[in-house]
Amino acid sequence: MARAVTPQRKIINTAAAWAVGLAIFFPILWTILTSFKTEAQAIADPPIFLGFDWTLENYKVVMERSDYAKYLWNSIIIAGGSTLLGVIIAVPAAWSMAFVPSRRTKDILMWMLSTKMLPAVGVLYPIYLLFIKLGILDSQIGLVIVLMLINLPIIVWMLYTYFKEIPGEILEAARMDGATLKEEVIYILTPMAVPGIASTILLNVILAWNEAFWTLNLTAAKAAPLTAFIASYSSPEGLFYAKLSAASTMAIAPILILGWFSQKQLVSGLTFGAVK
Amino acid sequence: MGRITLDKVTKSFGDTNVIPPLDLTINDGEFVVFVGPSGCGKSTLLRLIAGLEDVSSGQIRIDGEDATNLAPAKRKLAMVFQSYALYPHMSVRKNIAFPMKMAGVDEAEQKKRIEAAAKALNLTDYLDRRPGQLSGGQRQRVAIGRAIVREPSAFLFDEPLSNLDAALRVNMRLEISELHNQLKTTMIYVTHDQVEAMTMADKIVVLRAGHIEQVGSPLELYREPRNKFVAGFIGSPKMNFIEGSVAAQHGAHTIGIRPEHITASETAGLWQGVVGVAEHLGSDTFLHVHNTGLTDTITVRVNGEFGLRHGDTVYLNPEMDKLHKFDAQGLRIA
Repeated sequence: MARAVTPQRKIINTAAAWAVGLAIFFPILWTILTSFKTEAQAIADPPIFLGFDWTLENYKVVMERSDYAKYLWNSIIIAGGSTLLGVIIAVPAAWSMAFVPSRRTKDILMWMLSTKMLPAVGVLYPIYLLFIKLGILDSQIGLVIVLMLINLPIIVWMLYTYFKEIPGEILEAARMDGATLKEEVIYILTPMAVPGIASTILLNVILAWNEAFWTLNLTAAKAAPLTAFIASYSSPEGLFYAKLSAASTMAIAPILILGWFSQKQLVSGLTFGAVK
Repeated sequence: MGRITLDKVTKSFGDTNVIPPLDLTINDGEFVVFVGPSGCGKSTLLRLIAGLEDVSSGQIRIDGEDATNLAPAKRKLAMVFQSYALYPHMSVRKNIAFPMKMAGVDEAEQKKRIEAAAKALNLTDYLDRRPGQLSGGQRQRVAIGRAIVREPSAFLFDEPLSNLDAALRVNMRLEISELHNQLKTTMIYVTHDQVEAMTMADKIVVLRAGHIEQVGSPLELYREPRNKFVAGFIGSPKMNFIEGSVAAQHGAHTIGIRPEHITASETAGLWQGVVGVAEHLGSDTFLHVHNTGLTDTITVRVNGEFGLRHGDTVYLNPEMDKLHKFDAQGLRIA
């Protein structure tokens, strides 16, 4: 029997859900609101919620002072490039773990995930030195590589989970039909895993877009993405909350819009296999 | 051509020996059925022939050539899977075309063969649909179509009908038999259903725990099962087995008599018992007779109109010339 939901209960549940949702969203909302305040109103005590003089001044200043397009371009290249490279490496890796597992496959998956348990700063020094030696400090390619490596365990894990859902007999049928391993992956596995691959790509673009530790530590001027753009406004010059908020809003806007339009895909991808 | 020879083939998974050394020859054009209870190694054996599993030792020859280490695609065999294993993102047409595309068959020839297969399998109207939009029977026909167009030297079927409902299963059984008559290509068919084995096979291979218990035509297996296992497995309902003094009278450890080789009477007979459950099929009735003093239950096939009911006394007359005798090891005594 379906559980009976009384109207009162429904109202309480809805209110609770909204409260939690708003609590999570509030910092972002506050940032967006602050970006339209003057510097004085931004630090006013008590804080002003809506009753301030709306202004676009901060955006104007930020646009004048920094080259937004350059940061945006770097973010797109770094987030997109690292995800693409990661997927290209992870598809065959996840394929082999899902379809020809060895006795150690589970251990390897665990070991890959364990790299995420190490605090990033623990390997900052060796990676920094390595980047200097290789001459890729403050370069797009350097960040593409490092962010790909950071997110690779997650990409492999997600793809592995999706691939596990694909019946092995279909791949065997392809093998019987004369498909080589490459053809099997290109014509059968990948098209069948498109929803899973798409949500993996989306999630990893978001993760790479927001990654701040490596992007801040390994870039200076040339390859700096939007995270550095934001950071440049929380500077020793003093606290300019309104301008910092304007920069933040501009940095998160593209990914927020992308996430909004793909939320259906993202949710169905992340709960893939959970519901039959 | 499609002559397949297995020479001392074995297969182990880790420490588990699934197929002990096994020899078998399948002749060109034969319809061979591997039958046995689940876990008997029949599917593994098929997958070894297909090349989807590697043999642990021994040799597989196809048309005289060593195929032991050949990739599945190079063996010129086509397989139809239990789950159909269609490509869900491709139309029926593309599914059927896939093996030809992989083999580099030119477009005109592809089209010709697809149309011929679709016509033979009643799929012409469905060529542009996706597998998800088809019924189970249609999906299985697409899987068969995909196998036909390759013009393989042998077809391998892995329990192809077990996902279909009973009525459809009978239809598809006929269709596959008809297909074999038309193509005259070697077919190897795996099933746990002895009715499928009996009705379709030229040659049945009965397997138990990886061992071949007996190879022969359906009627050979029915008439002269080599041991108790085959005797019990082939035939429906199962053969009745009787041990003890009655068997000893016939110079055997166990005697076997099929339900259809016993006549039942309301008045007189060699054995006497009480009717338990009577299963009415219309054409026949299967009586399960208890309290015979021979064994727990004796199953008897009688005429559909037979009058006795639950609890009635019944007399049984076995046809003595149809009696099967087995020794203490379960082997047939000639």
